[in-house]
Amino acid sequence: MALAVGCRARPGKARDNKTGSWRVFKPIFDHEKCSKCGMCKTLCPEGCVHEDAEGLFNPDYSYCKGCGICAVECPKEAITMKLEEK
Amino acid sequence: MRELRIHGRGGQGSVTAAELIAVAAFEGGVFAQAFPAFGVERRGAPVQAFVRLDNKKIRLRSQVYEPDYIIVQDSTLIKDVNVFMGVKKGGIVIVNTEKKPDYVIPEGVKLITIDATSIALKAIGLPITNTSLMGAFAAATGEIQFFALEKALNHRFPKELASKNIAAARIAFDIVKGAA
Amino acid sequence: MMEITEGSHAVAEAVRLCRPQVVSAYPITPQTHIVEALADFVANGQLDAEYITVENELSALSACVGASAAGSRTYSATTSQGLMLMAEVVFNAAGMRLPIIMSIANRALGAPLSIWNDMQDSISLRDSGWLQFYAEDNQEATDLHLLAFKVAEDNSIQLPAFVCFDGFILSHTYEPVDMLTQEDVDKYLPKFNPAERLDAADPISFGMYATPEYYLEFRYEMDQAQKRAKDVIAKAGKEFGEMFGRDYSALIEGYRLEDADTAIVAMGSICGTVKDAIDEMRTAGMKVGLLKIRVFRPFPAEEIAKMLSHVKRVAVLDKNISLGAKGATAMEVRDALYGSAIPVKGYVLGLGGRDVRKRDIKEIVAFSEKGPNDQFYGLRKELI
Ligand code: SF4
Ligand code: SF4
Repeated sequence: MALAVGCRARPGKARDNKTGSWRVFKPIFDHEKCSKCGMCKTLCPEGCVHEDAEGLFNPDYSYCKGCGICAVECPKEAITMKLEEK
Repeated sequence: MRELRIHGRGGQGSVTAAELIAVAAFEGGVFAQAFPAFGVERRGAPVQAFVRLDNKKIRLRSQVYEPDYIIVQDSTLIKDVNVFMGVKKGGIVIVNTEKKPDYVIPEGVKLITIDATSIALKAIGLPITNTSLMGAFAAATGEIQFFALEKALNHRFPKELASKNIAAARIAFDIVKGAA
Repeated sequence: MMEITEGSHAVAEAVRLCRPQVVSAYPITPQTHIVEALADFVANGQLDAEYITVENELSALSACVGASAAGSRTYSATTSQGLMLMAEVVFNAAGMRLPIIMSIANRALGAPLSIWNDMQDSISLRDSGWLQFYAEDNQEATDLHLLAFKVAEDNSIQLPAFVCFDGFILSHTYEPVDMLTQEDVDKYLPKFNPAERLDAADPISFGMYATPEYYLEFRYEMDQAQKRAKDVIAKAGKEFGEMFGRDYSALIEGYRLEDADTAIVAMGSICGTVKDAIDEMRTAGMKVGLLKIRVFRPFPAEEIAKMLSHVKRVAVLDKNISLGAKGATAMEVRDALYGSAIPVKGYVLGLGGRDVRKRDIKEIVAFSEKGPNDQFYGLRKELI
């Protein structure tokens, strides 16, 4: 593939990079404890936590790199990091 | 090629004089080049400006070391700066002074003194001597026509200021022409 | 029409006729009258451009980068320390392939503080990817702006360009210049129409990061564009000649060089003084000629080697010094002549406004026959 002149790029390039494979620990979201505050979505460095129709939060595991920030920051301790089975 | 060196002090309009002489000469169909000796811009500091005139394109970019003509805008410079340095034999030196010269002019060089300060005070009301000296230069050297100088001044300054400066240049022009 | 005017004003007028859509500059020292005149043009309606005033040169060129990426014909001017403050953005503008045109009224760099002329400023940025044009007189200084826009904006080039003319020696000099009309310039210079531009409706990023797998290739592509510029300059320069009678198709020019034994190589306004000195030396029976470099980037190495193939010796004049090495032009000319037996001697001179006279040129020609290989010319021995 030829290089783009001036290293120019259309948006969405980062989507090609499926960071989900980097995970060692996997965040498990407990919707029972969740207060729907949205901190996990705000602070996730991958921007991979999404809110569903009922206002519940879930990570997109194809991009979640298992950094654990959401688990540390969740005020309800609703997220636990479990060793990924590979 | 003929070369002119102007000695003045910062704020006396030496650079403007060089530019306007070049503009007037160009008006007369001559190739002209004018530029300042780029010094520290400070009011009262000795400054120099140069003009070259030729019938063909001027390529030379160095300063003027062997002028055909010298204008000294302020006679007090004569004791601080070697204003006559390098002047050619047969050259013309124009000094703004009301006094008789108490300095030695190089041999074979014509000295013209003119009290440009008094002329300027009378015609412009300010001690701006460069336009009178331009008039004297036109009369003494024939390098520029008076009408061309008039045109250059009209182009450069607003109407009222231009006509005062033209009047000053005219007085100096007539004095030098009359003395010749 | 021939007009007598100051170099900076002639350049400002040429820039106005090129219809830049955005001008951004820092107006305070070190600056020339160019941007002052352009500000007047915008204020009184003679130039329909966005004039962005900024707090320093770094911001001035940054504003130009944004404007150019958004698809505007973009212009700035600076010199000396101002250019140094821009340096980071200078490299970025080239890497993003933005055809910004910038006038450089060449001046020395501090410390020690100097306001006077030499070429250290633009030469120091020779590796940045910008095309570099150098003018001998104010006619070239004005004309080269048109050429620079045309070449830089060519879709096969997309690189920014410096148009360099000696600070004070040209920028502050009154001399006659043939001024083109708006009609002329419009015929020569088409509207800027880049293939890609910043557009909120169709987003794109410029200058994204390149990992080690890609970076080398990006630099290679820039180098290729520089080299392609030779042909584009030749074409655009020829067209200029056909339209206005002054041919800029050649990157270098010879003066009385055909039968010369000694060739002087120089750039910028010093070439005029060299030509006058050559005429006098020729009258005295000396076979001396000049090779003038008008385009320093892309560097015309093959062209120089060809034009100098018959001479016995070469003396290169540099108004710059790569401290610890040599003058930039001397190094590159020697490189261009590598493999030939022609001796190349470099002379660093005129730094920080030291005046260069015809007699200096004659002395250098004498030195080139027997003196040392490279030297600072005109050192005041009593000071060192
Ligand atoms: S941070 Fe915790 S409590 Fe807040 S929305 Fe996310 S999972 Fe629920
Ligand atoms: S573990 Fe890290 S990457 Fe995964 S959802 Fe939580 S904050 Fe985002």
